Amino acid sequence: MEDEQTVQTSMEVESPAADQELPVAWLGGGLGVLVLAVVLVVAARGRGRAQSAAPLLEQTEAPSGVDVEAPGPPTAGLAGRLREALGRSRGALQARFDELFGRAIDDSMFEELEETLLAADAGLPTTERILAPLREQARQGEADPSVLRGELRRTILQLLESSHRPLEPRPDLWVVLVVGVNGSGKTTTIGKLAARLVSEGRRVLLAAGDTYRAAAAEQLEVWAERSGADIVRHNEGADPGAVVYDALEAAAARGHDVVIIDTAGRLQTRKPLMDQLSKVRRVISKKVPDGPHETLLVVDGTMGQNAMSQARQFNEATPLTGVVVTKLDGTAKGGMVLGLAAELALPVKLIGIGEQVDDLRDFEPAAFVEALC
Amino acid sequence: MFDVLSKGFKSARLALTGKTELTEANLAPALREVRTSLIQADVELGVIKRFLARVQERSLGDIVPLKGPTGQKVKVTPQDWFIKACYDELVELMGPVDASLGLDGQPAVIMMVGLQGSGKTTTTGKLAKRLLAEGRKPLLVAADIYRPAAVDQLRTVGRKVGVPVFSIKGMKPVQLSKLAMTQARNVGRDVVIIDTAGRLAIDDSLMQEVVEIKSAVQPDNILFVVDAMIGQDAVRTAAEFDRRLDFTGFVLTKLDGDARGGAALSIKEVTGKPVKFLGRGEALDQLEEFRPEGLAQRILGFGDIVGLMQDFEKHVDHAEAEKSTEKMLQGRFTYADFVKQLTMVRKMGPLKELMARMPGISGMMDMIPQEALDDAELDRTMAIIGSMTNQERAEPDLLSNQPGRLRRVAQGCGRTIDDVRALHNRFLQARQMMKGFGDLMGNPTALAQAQRMMQGGGGFGGMPGMGGMPGFPPMGGDAPARPSLTRDEKLAKRKARKAKKKARKKNRR
Repeated sequence: MEDEQTVQTSMEVESPAADQELPVAWLGGGLGVLVLAVVLVVAARGRGRAQSAAPLLEQTEAPSGVDVEAPGPPTAGLAGRLREALGRSRGALQARFDELFGRAIDDSMFEELEETLLAADAGLPTTERILAPLREQARQGEADPSVLRGELRRTILQLLESSHRPLEPRPDLWVVLVVGVNGSGKTTTIGKLAARLVSEGRRVLLAAGDTYRAAAAEQLEVWAERSGADIVRHNEGADPGAVVYDALEAAAARGHDVVIIDTAGRLQTRKPLMDQLSKVRRVISKKVPDGPHETLLVVDGTMGQNAMSQARQFNEATPLTGVVVTKLDGTAKGGMVLGLAAELALPVKLIGIGEQVDDLRDFEPAAFVEALC
Repeated sequence: MFDVLSKGFKSARLALTGKTELTEANLAPALREVRTSLIQADVELGVIKRFLARVQERSLGDIVPLKGPTGQKVKVTPQDWFIKACYDELVELMGPVDASLGLDGQPAVIMMVGLQGSGKTTTTGKLAKRLLAEGRKPLLVAADIYRPAAVDQLRTVGRKVGVPVFSIKGMKPVQLSKLAMTQARNVGRDVVIIDTAGRLAIDDSLMQEVVEIKSAVQPDNILFVVDAMIGQDAVRTAAEFDRRLDFTGFVLTKLDGDARGGAALSIKEVTGKPVKFLGRGEALDQLEEFRPEGLAQRILGFGDIVGLMQDFEKHVDHAEAEKSTEKMLQGRFTYADFVKQLTMVRKMGPLKELMARMPGISGMMDMIPQEALDDAELDRTMAIIGSMTNQERAEPDLLSNQPGRLRRVAQGCGRTIDDVRALHNRFLQARQMMKGFGDLMGNPTALAQAQRMMQGGGGFGGMPGMGGMPGFPPMGGDAPARPSLTRDEKLAKRKARKAKKKARKKNRR
């Protein structure tokens, strides 16, 4: 009898522990399934159906072989406006370079130079690439800091110009596809671009291909009204391909010579959404065989190294012809512009430096370098 | 997310291989690896410098204990010690967590601020949904009168969530916010969420506007919403918003991309304000609480078992999962079980993301071919299984015994017969492997054993075919570390129990 009781108590002591054991028991099922999933997928892959990702540089380098017109002297207006817009912090950046190049050349100077570029979001590989020729010169005994500063400017300018191709609207039907992650400023960029083209006498049609985000089409509609462009839109949730198709039909029927296509923001890691972009492309090329003539990636200028990942992965999904860097008037320093050129050879075509309609500017390497350092 | 950081810490660890003690000299290369990865992850430079200094101090300064709490000898390699220092500092950098919101006001007020495109409106919707689920009655205020159609966007979000939106055309945000307070009291809403316009920290007049809204409505919470992909500027922007508004916490958005998360580390360090939530995806229920320990473990490549478990809780049917674990370990797992389980598990996110959170596995992500973690490929695999009959799914052996079935399945899913055969062979192998795992532990108590194996930090270490994996450093994380009994101890215990039972029977007689 007494023994019975002891057993009873010992059972009671054990049972809470047994309760605790449960979660992991079912957890094991979940984890096991995951492992199994991977094993099975490897099996499927093992059949040698490796998909080759489109090599990035192949696509982007070809155009850069096209002779780039030597940019004339930067319009003082742009460099000035740029400097003013990039203002506060950019000034600080220049002051920093002033200070650094006012010192004797030594290791700590190079270290701080490196940090200055990194702090501007230029990224590690690009920073090293930019500083390499300077280090080389210093090693060879160059002792004049101002010579090094000249070299810095020259290196950056060369970097930017080697991949630079300005935005050149075709005189006849010009189809522009605009892509990017959420919140990068696609719709605003399209609005400003439309306003500029309309003022140049083009007949612009906007296609509200962002059928996903709440009120995206309304936002584009406001821009169409402001800029004097026309718009084709469907309801929320509609197929973006259908919107594009209708827009291209409408453009042919009503005689528009520019069609700018807005797309929903998508993070570059979302495979199905990225695939959707290729569908939109197919729709375009069915109606306009050589279109889209421009595929612009809009990148938020305050982004860090993720901008590279965005450019790389969007380029894989839909070959890009150029990049628009927005919000460069923040305290952002836009070192990514250098990264895009150095690591991906992607030309920056437009930059957004303010809220005003005319604050969307053509990117000019010389003016940019002048404002930067 | 955090891949870059994980890699950096892994290289740092490698740099310390074979070292018998930690000195400033041999620590330097490891710290350099960490520095590089932190830079690539967009952590602010000043934050990096301070972080590295503290890790160095901790690594060199502490005395490595050679005895555990219970007196047994503990072997700590300098590598482990260094990683432990990193872990502690990372947790310190990100924590403490305070996901609570001040909701005592009548009505309580939450003000959302941030740069353009950071995700304020979407987050507002998510927050509203969350509060609604907690039994609160939110009112959304459309205070972004600048961006075209911003009000429409919030209205749509409000409609989706089922929460009213307050807006008056042409009214200035300050006045609108004040009126919204009255409105909330009148119509009985107890939380007011003000969605302000995106603004640059250097835009004086717009910054002035949020300051005025703040003093007009005296919000209980000001949440700074920031894009997880933001670069070196995160700190300056956050500091400026904080200086003007003294915000109560921040929300990191767009974490479903491949953001490197540097902003998360920097902002907390510089403002001292906690991360309140993490936003992933556009679906309005994807707002997560922030767990620094989990993140730190993931960054260091240890997975995040607690976070994973929390997710499992939400998405997976316990009973089902338990049943299938048992089947798995007994080698009776079928395609049907696989499909059922996987469907539940996949709701939690992409395969790659899930694997990265698994202890043990996350440390060897590099070794797993990237394609293996491709969800699209998994979809195709599922399609093959989808072309099987119910009977085949329930009895996989049918496919082995009657190979003709393979052809039919192949035709059904548009793949070659080799594809199907390869999958099937792999499935059988995997099943065998799982069974081996189960046998290893002794079947009757397989489940309890499995639990201990995992809690001991071993994870799937002993699993054949999966290779070894880095051991866990002795960390004070939140993985519940329970003293594990060895197999012998367990046996001894069982024996004792049996003996007792025998004795009892004897007594009755």
